[in-house]
Amino acid sequence: MAVTPSDWEDLVTSALLGTERRPPAVPAGGRDAPVALLDEAAQQTLRRRAGLRPAQAAPFLRPAPADPRPSLPPAAARRLSMLLTARPGSGGGGRRGTAPDLVELLPQWLALADGRGYAAPPEALPALLEAARGRTDLRPAVLSFAGPRALWLAGLNPEWRFALRAASGSGGGGGLPAGAGPERVRQLWEEGLFAERVALLSALRVRDAAAARSLLESTWTTERAEDRLMFLDSLRAQLCAEDEPFLERALADRSRNVRGTAAELLSALPGSALSLRMAARAATCVALDRTGADPCVVVEAPHACDAEMERDGVVAKAPSGRGERSWWLGQLVEAAPLATWPERLGGRTPEEIVALEIADGWEGELHAAWCRAAVRQGDAVWARALLGTPSAPEAAGPGAVGPAQRAKLLTTLDAEERAVWVAEFIAAHGLSEAFQLLGVCAVPWSAPLGQAVVDALDIARDAGSYPWSFSGVMGLAERCLDPADASRLAPLTATPAEAENTAPGAGGYWSEAFQRLDSTLRLRATMARELGAA
Amino acid sequence: MTQQGVRWSAEQVLALAPDAASRKAGSKLAAAGPWSGTGCDDEGTVWGLCKGSGSKPYQTIVDMAESSAPAYKCSCPSRKFPCKHALGLLLLWAADPAAVPAGQEPPDWARQWLDGRRQRAERKEAAASGEGAADAEAARKRAERRAQRIDAGAGELERRLADLLRSGLAGAEQAGYALWEETAARMVDAQAPGLAARVRELGAIPGSGPGWPVRLLEECALLHTLVQGWLRRDRLPAELAATVRSRVGLPGSADGPPVRDRWLVLAQYDTADARLTTRRIWVHGEQTGRTALLLSYGAAGRAPDLMLPTGLALDAELSSYPGAGQLRAALGKQFAAPAPASPRPPGLTVAEAAARYGEALRGDPWLDSVPVTLEAVTPVPQGGRWQLADAAGEALPVTASACSGPGFWRLVALSGGAPLRVFGEYGHRGFTPLTVWPAGPGEAVTLR
Repeated sequence: MAVTPSDWEDLVTSALLGTERRPPAVPAGGRDAPVALLDEAAQQTLRRRAGLRPAQAAPFLRPAPADPRPSLPPAAARRLSMLLTARPGSGGGGRRGTAPDLVELLPQWLALADGRGYAAPPEALPALLEAARGRTDLRPAVLSFAGPRALWLAGLNPEWRFALRAASGSGGGGGLPAGAGPERVRQLWEEGLFAERVALLSALRVRDAAAARSLLESTWTTERAEDRLMFLDSLRAQLCAEDEPFLERALADRSRNVRGTAAELLSALPGSALSLRMAARAATCVALDRTGADPCVVVEAPHACDAEMERDGVVAKAPSGRGERSWWLGQLVEAAPLATWPERLGGRTPEEIVALEIADGWEGELHAAWCRAAVRQGDAVWARALLGTPSAPEAAGPGAVGPAQRAKLLTTLDAEERAVWVAEFIAAHGLSEAFQLLGVCAVPWSAPLGQAVVDALDIARDAGSYPWSFSGVMGLAERCLDPADASRLAPLTATPAEAENTAPGAGGYWSEAFQRLDSTLRLRATMARELGAA
Repeated sequence: MTQQGVRWSAEQVLALAPDAASRKAGSKLAAAGPWSGTGCDDEGTVWGLCKGSGSKPYQTIVDMAESSAPAYKCSCPSRKFPCKHALGLLLLWAADPAAVPAGQEPPDWARQWLDGRRQRAERKEAAASGEGAADAEAARKRAERRAQRIDAGAGELERRLADLLRSGLAGAEQAGYALWEETAARMVDAQAPGLAARVRELGAIPGSGPGWPVRLLEECALLHTLVQGWLRRDRLPAELAATVRSRVGLPGSADGPPVRDRWLVLAQYDTADARLTTRRIWVHGEQTGRTALLLSYGAAGRAPDLMLPTGLALDAELSSYPGAGQLRAALGKQFAAPAPASPRPPGLTVAEAAARYGEALRGDPWLDSVPVTLEAVTPVPQGGRWQLADAAGEALPVTASACSGPGFWRLVALSGGAPLRVFGEYGHRGFTPLTVWPAGPGEAVTLR
């Protein structure tokens, strides 16, 4: 007995409307109409289910590109799946208990595994992409480790589209097709979407700075202002003297933001015409007064911001609450090459210049501008001078150089010098101002720095404060202390007897915090071992 | 059975956890930090002291002598079972042999509990063997009374279905869930839990999206057939009658002859409702080629006792439950502890898998799916859904619910566009992948 679709549809219609309103076209054979309908429907349902045939296959996917990297050791693969199933903020409330915060260890694990050149296990890719979707800070590390198959996978799930964007944004290979000739590059540049073009330009800039610049110049006048700004910004990498003529022309751009960026790039080129112009302007504002017993610096801020200054990137309108003359001065000094000053101020070294007395309360303004200039020009000598001696009392005081500025200055020093400076700072001033400084130190912390932090925590505990006053530093220590330092923590994990001057219960909380620090360090050591690192 | 020297994997341990929160909490305790006095012996006992928020550390001990059903004891006040301390201890034991050294003597506090536990087990065994046959008559009477109640319930269900069809399924959409819930409650009263469950599922269909009238009619019709089957059970062939009885919800007993084999665990997954967690474990016999289903239940908040992670194989006897094409079996005597196994189950082509479901419906028309291993299939996207396609160009659609789960992306990632061996359940709703084996060497990867 053949059943046509219409027989079945007829049954469904009767069932939907009710057999009273629409009797089914089934011979009742002595049964009630609903029963006859159900009998017939059951028969047809079963016949259809039993006769289910496979569907015709849709076109197959293009296979994922091969990942030649070796696969993870099994223990490391298990660790990864454990880190990926952890969720932030577990445990609830402010108290964190003694167990390590697994979520915070994922970035480190990724860096380690990627550094060892392992391939991500394919079955972990969905969880890795999910983790990166939720945390933009994880994306570069995740995508680098996850490799080509993750991009293939991301192309199949709209929720992971970010991975494709990020991949084309990283110069690593997304932007510039391997072996693409100049014609191909030009075609991509002329036909690509904005993000693709930014990626292409950045990638080309790394490979051939001049080629990237001329590519940009070729279409410069036809680009939109927002696009010009982004393209110009990609010249920041590999900035060189040959870029100057192009940047000089960009100073006349219609868009103020483009002009500002061009000026900033030019001022980072110490020999550029713009920095010489800025040096000349700044020099007229700052002079050495030798009339007193001790020489001192006198400042005469500019009286006007003329069109030439504006063309060189000086922003004429001061933010509210700031005097416009000091605002202009700050910009001139920031953009002037630091080499201007020893010459201008009697052949003194940067240390001597920083130590000079500055008249009429200009010290804050001038030092802050020198700090910005040292960071912009990456000048370690000036940075060292401005940072001063870490143990000096004013180093932690409310001086001209705040912790944020100091952290930036530290980045111009090499890692070891940075760590030593911060260690000495902590030894002298404790941890309350140290958070930002620690953030710029290389991980894992060097032995002297680790020692300084542990000692300072110990002192803070003895002083009777609660550990959560130091939760920022504690969290950093968990991630950054060298696991080899774990042995130093053993005596601190015990709960001390309650002393008179301490906050109630603080001892227990401290012991808990140190236990967590201890267990996190041990876990990090295990993680490194599992990945075959020393 | 003991597992001398064989430490579990973290997945094996985490499968013991009653819920996701416990898994998380346990993972956090899987570091040496809070633990002291840890150790394990050759009989499958693991113990340790875990520092908690109080001054006295918790005493945690796990007895894994019966490794498919470990027992736990912890002095913490948690009502989770196993608690996070037991999970953390086992994870530590699994991950780091140095942190939980082997070959130790259990400390006194652990010894006490172990001894008490083993004595109780012996007493229970002794009691079980002494059970008399005097209750047989009473049991027969009870069964008779129950059958009468189910008869009454079945009659009522038939009337309700007829009423529904008479006034139209469109009305069911407006009546909402309450109508079905009330009918389901009546079936529970009638001691027909199988009917109650089916009625409840009917209630969910009107809200299940486009095409619901078709699905509702199909399920109503099959339920009607089941009720008719029950009412005429005396006239059905014995096998089919047994199937009807078990579908209606009468408890059967696994009285099939015990079959000894090396059973490879193909998949293990839990489904939970408010009261009960059901664990389904699919196993495949290496010699017999049979696929069987082991079920284990846990009350809310407790993990089901039986725990057989995917990829292990156990040398054991299984006894079938009655019924035509019945795959459910009970685990009998075990001859060795489950151990990781490398063999993979033999697979079918897509066409063979589709035919297998059709054949199985002959024995049990109420069957939603059958377990099948597909030999070499590739996931292929098709119109917002996915298919599993083989080299012959034939494909099974993946069920909508499986497509949207995170596990399915693991399958796609592992495939990378190349064919894989996949085990899952296939039926009229499509294919639900459960386990996949990578193309190269490598362990089975679970998808749920």
